[in-house]
Amino acid sequence: MLARRIIPCLDTDGGRVVKGVNFLGLRDAGNPVELAARYNTEGADELVMLDIAASRDGRPTFLETIRRVANELNIPLTAGGGIRTLEDARAVVRAGADKITVNTAAVVRPELISELSAEFGAQAVVLAIDAKKHEAGWEVMVRGGREATDMDAASWAARGAELGAGEILLTSVDRDGTQAGFDVALTCAISRQATIPVIASGGAKLPQHFAEIFRDGFADAALAASIFHDGNQSIRALKQFLADQNVPVRLPC
Amino acid sequence: MKVTLIDYGAGNLPSVERALLRLGVRTEKTNSPEVLAAAAVVVLPGVGHYGALIRALDENGLRDSVIASIHRGVPFLGICLGLQALYETSEEAPDLEGLAILSGGVRKLSGGAKLPHMGWNQVRCACGGSRLLEGIGKDAFFYFAHSFAAIHGTGGLENGDAVADVGATCEYGAEFVAVVERDNIFAVQFHPEKSGEAGQRVLQNFLRLAA
Repeated sequence: MLARRIIPCLDTDGGRVVKGVNFLGLRDAGNPVELAARYNTEGADELVMLDIAASRDGRPTFLETIRRVANELNIPLTAGGGIRTLEDARAVVRAGADKITVNTAAVVRPELISELSAEFGAQAVVLAIDAKKHEAGWEVMVRGGREATDMDAASWAARGAELGAGEILLTSVDRDGTQAGFDVALTCAISRQATIPVIASGGAKLPQHFAEIFRDGFADAALAASIFHDGNQSIRALKQFLADQNVPVRLPC
Repeated sequence: MKVTLIDYGAGNLPSVERALLRLGVRTEKTNSPEVLAAAAVVVLPGVGHYGALIRALDENGLRDSVIASIHRGVPFLGICLGLQALYETSEEAPDLEGLAILSGGVRKLSGGAKLPHMGWNQVRCACGGSRLLEGIGKDAFFYFAHSFAAIHGTGGLENGDAVADVGATCEYGAEFVAVVERDNIFAVQFHPEKSGEAGQRVLQNFLRLAA
């Protein structure tokens, strides 16, 4: 049976992992290579690396970090942050990423999704959507969750799949950094109508939050960052908890 | 031992190479028919679009040398698209001819499940057992990332010969071929280079069988 995936995320800036609350207020959280090696051993199903600075000057550092992280892994690696062109994506793939995640640039120019899918295959294209609650549903936010777009998140997810994305990385802007739990209503709404897998993100703290997002939110995978970096929550223990709750997971050896 | 990786620009080639290097073998990457003709062990990695792989093999003049090396008995491992290429056709690019080492065709996974089939899944060994999966627990998970597969027990794979080549199957919407084994021919639909310890063991088994 296809396992539900647990995906730690490294938000990186200048070769270091950083963490923030509601997309703001960053602080240092460790060495990406050491964290990656630990998560790989602990039974992480994949790893995501986001260049949150995403400045042109910082690009060589990010690519070098991808190379060093990829060397530690025998699980898939997704990388993104600031990918605007096919050439940006090629650099990230050449550095060792298996998948590319795009966000703002895909909203600005949706054909980017098709171009990436044609070159690398749908399985390598992860459309990241930052969604924020408004009256009728959820609105797509861009530029690190700061700027509204007037686009409906569910429609954008469906459009992304049509354009050739292979997965949706769905972050709740309302929950991100709050540790109040994943946004079950948002994830459920998007995942139940999606034809491609949905990774839930934003708000995780307790093992129970993960059980909820799989059971009630119909997430195919769940992503979290800071709770793993602190060492408060081991991935091994989390997966054992989920297995005990009858959520299908891959238990590490 | 030196392993020759067919380099047609597949996204997973660096990962496959890294995984092999970790196991202590030497590797070479090539898109030259002459180099391939002299190879002692051949790995065909692949991920993405079936058409891209088949076209790249033909554009580089590699089709005949891959087929010839397989027929000469050179140990061969196909990964993901490298498995699919062994069949006669694929619904992903119906106008193109596969390598036709195995009979039958590759079809889109259906059954209402989300596609791609993305993530970690378990496999079931065929009754004859699997040499590639030797020593790996039956509950082990492997990493899959594909939308097309050699569907087991229907269509082109109904004939006895093709079914006999199946080392293991996986279930996602339909039962499909996860492991192919016939003489010197090995292929896996999952990505051993991305499948943790279990995947590493698959590669080790292949290298042992190839030695």
